[in-house]
Amino acid sequence: MIAILKYNAGNIKSVQNALTRLGYESIITDDPEELMKAEKVIFPGVGEAGSAMHYLLERGLDKTIISLKKPVLGICLGMQLMCRHSEEADTRCLGIFDADVKLFPPVDKIPHMGWNNFLTIKGELYKGISLEDDVYFVHSYYSEISSCTSATCDYILPFSASMQSGNFYATQFHPEKSAGVGEKILQNFLEI
Amino acid sequence: MLKRRIIPCLDIKDGRTVKGINFINLRDAGDPVELAKEYARQGADELVFLDITATIENRKALAGLVERIAAEINIPFTVGGGIDTIEDVSILLKAGADKVTVNSSAVKRPELISEMAGEFGSQCVVVAIDTKLIDGEWIVFVNGGRTPVEYKTAAWARRVEELGAGEILLTSMNNDGTRSGFSIDITGEVSRSINIPVIASGGAGTMEHFSEVFFNTACSAALAASIFHFGEITIPDLKKYLHKENISVRL
Repeated sequence: MIAILKYNAGNIKSVQNALTRLGYESIITDDPEELMKAEKVIFPGVGEAGSAMHYLLERGLDKTIISLKKPVLGICLGMQLMCRHSEEADTRCLGIFDADVKLFPPVDKIPHMGWNNFLTIKGELYKGISLEDDVYFVHSYYSEISSCTSATCDYILPFSASMQSGNFYATQFHPEKSAGVGEKILQNFLEI
Repeated sequence: MLKRRIIPCLDIKDGRTVKGINFINLRDAGDPVELAKEYARQGADELVFLDITATIENRKALAGLVERIAAEINIPFTVGGGIDTIEDVSILLKAGADKVTVNSSAVKRPELISEMAGEFGSQCVVVAIDTKLIDGEWIVFVNGGRTPVEYKTAAWARRVEELGAGEILLTSMNNDGTRSGFSIDITGEVSRSINIPVIASGGAGTMEHFSEVFFNTACSAALAASIFHFGEITIPDLKKYLHKENISVRL
């Protein structure tokens, strides 16, 4: 069973729909016990960092997430919350990835919205994926490139499209909305 | 590199797609879900669904349709038509829409935009602007293009951005339905004056019209309905053409 972390963020149902299309059963839950029991955990998200982090802290879910030993996939805001700190509402985050989250400088359209390809990719999530493949992004804040970066993308500046540290994986883009390429990346995560 | 997006728009009436639709390979082209799947398969970058009946009774049915679409398609989609309140928005987002578009209701009560952005984030707030050139001025129209309001289009677009919109869907009524090309004039002006993405709409008739609007303006996406529905231009052909013209698209 795949557990999808429920919190006050949008887009959660879309992740479940994508898993269903791939033939995987999932539950949407914020119960720490269910999260501990699941084979894998997906930490989705569209929303605002400050209120999302507040929701996690209030329920002690921050500690649960950090203590997970199974494969965890953060998506979009989920990935940003797995970093150290976000400029969005000056939010202290989970600190799983050694990177900070910053607002894009206003030299081009913000949010970075639409399909973009990779500058670099590495690791299990990108088996069968090439640099020319496009995935769907929508975000105004970006995670800086660090030792945890597993894929990069360029918009205004090069930033982390994906990160990994041990059993924690994450994508800034939305694999659940990225057509066949996104399905392949999700499938790669599900097969870890 | 960020790609320019191609967005088919589906008008929905009583849960069915309207306008004569010419997709030979679909069992039921009047079913929005079937049609949406076909567009996604062909490489559409996003979809827009506009409920043109938009009455209260239809709102529930629309949410059901959105749920079916969300279950089936793997690209982002926007839903709009007669949305007045935060509750309407919430229902559609919960049903699985990625973005919601508002038009007249935002003109009537601009705070709706900031309420939506505050509650659900700017990324899901698309403000649709219908505009018409009158005596040399681009003016905003509401109520399906029937009623002019006092706003000038570029100024309203800037206001909408300040209030927290994530994207603007800009339709030139002078061009809509003419198949003579997008309005380079107002699309260029609006996309220059704001820092959020602009979707150009109204007037698509040929593949050249798409390259023209992408070459000459900073718009992020172009939307069309009938030319896709009638199969006059297919999305794979259009994208191949744009790629050849050195416009960056997802292939």
